[in-house]
Amino acid sequence: MRKYNYVSALAAIAVVLISGVAVADQAGTVKALRNDPLDHINRIDEVLHQETRRFVRNYRQQPPLIPHSIDQYQIDLSANQCLACHDWSNAGDRGAPTLSMTHYLDRDGQQLDAVAGTRWFCNQCHVPQANTPPLVESTFVPSQ
Amino acid sequence: MSDHGKKPGFFRRAFRLLTSPATTFSMGGLLIGGFVGGILFWGGFHWALELTNTEEFCISCHEMERNFAEYKETVHYNNHSGVRATCPDCHVPKEWQHKIKAKVLASKDVYHTLVGTIDTQEKYDAHRLGMASQSWVKMKKSDSRECRNCHNFEYMDFTIQENRAAANHQQALDEGLTCIDCHQGVAHNLPENYLETYRALVEELADAGEIPAPKGRVVAESLGDIKAFLNAN
Repeated sequence: MRKYNYVSALAAIAVVLISGVAVADQAGTVKALRNDPLDHINRIDEVLHQETRRFVRNYRQQPPLIPHSIDQYQIDLSANQCLACHDWSNAGDRGAPTLSMTHYLDRDGQQLDAVAGTRWFCNQCHVPQANTPPLVESTFVPSQ
Repeated sequence: MSDHGKKPGFFRRAFRLLTSPATTFSMGGLLIGGFVGGILFWGGFHWALELTNTEEFCISCHEMERNFAEYKETVHYNNHSGVRATCPDCHVPKEWQHKIKAKVLASKDVYHTLVGTIDTQEKYDAHRLGMASQSWVKMKKSDSRECRNCHNFEYMDFTIQENRAAANHQQALDEGLTCIDCHQGVAHNLPENYLETYRALVEELADAGEIPAPKGRVVAESLGDIKAFLNAN
């Protein structure tokens, strides 16, 4: 019981001290409503609507997840719209991650200039990220 | 001369009728008649023109069923709010002079329907890149005029867009780009080598000096200026 009193007394002193400092601060200077000082332009926080942060891989060999919607992107025999940003030739300009260089090797291990045909259909391995329960039970164990 | 005293020809008589003063009609009758006739003629003309500006009219040709089916899968046909952009919203300009030009040029479609230029899937696919290129050039040259009937940078709130979209739209605004520079194939499937072809076309247009400066927008001289301004603050 004595210990409890001791703690609450300390807490009360702390509250008084902190509020005193706050009052002194308010009295001394004009405070900006936002975080930046008055003589700086306020920069608004990024508005987050989706998980723009890339999810970490759950195991070493996992194909990275896609942190955006791919609903309207054409990936078929004639066109692959993912490559408009993610191909090595566009990634720099578009600020997008480049395909892994393994995706430019053909089945015989030869280096190609354009993405290998075996890697053409991105969404065979890469899927948009979502926090959802698994559809079926999985006993998958990654190699170490 | 043997034709001396012969009745003048039809065109001469018509010309004389039009250039001589009216003798039997009253001034008021001519004015009111002309006015009412003008309204009826213009209304009828406009009505007929608008009939050709409907989705039903567009897909009444067999060739258009194929691209219409592709369009039905896209966000301009099927979306959360139920607002649609139909064929003429994108393919026919709203401004009168551009609209009439588009309508006159579109008469070539009648010829191609008759000779069956794109009446099978194989023929359609063979012509797809050429047809797409025509549309891309048209849009690049007009600063994506038809897109901007609905989509305008001026009214886009970048803070409620996806971060990725907002960043890219800001970049497009800074660099004076237009919708079609990134959004090819929003309503129809893309052909092979679409991006390479598009870039080559833009380069050609730029060399010919046919790319207009975006209207109503102040575009900074360079991205460097903008970055320097932001960093200085």
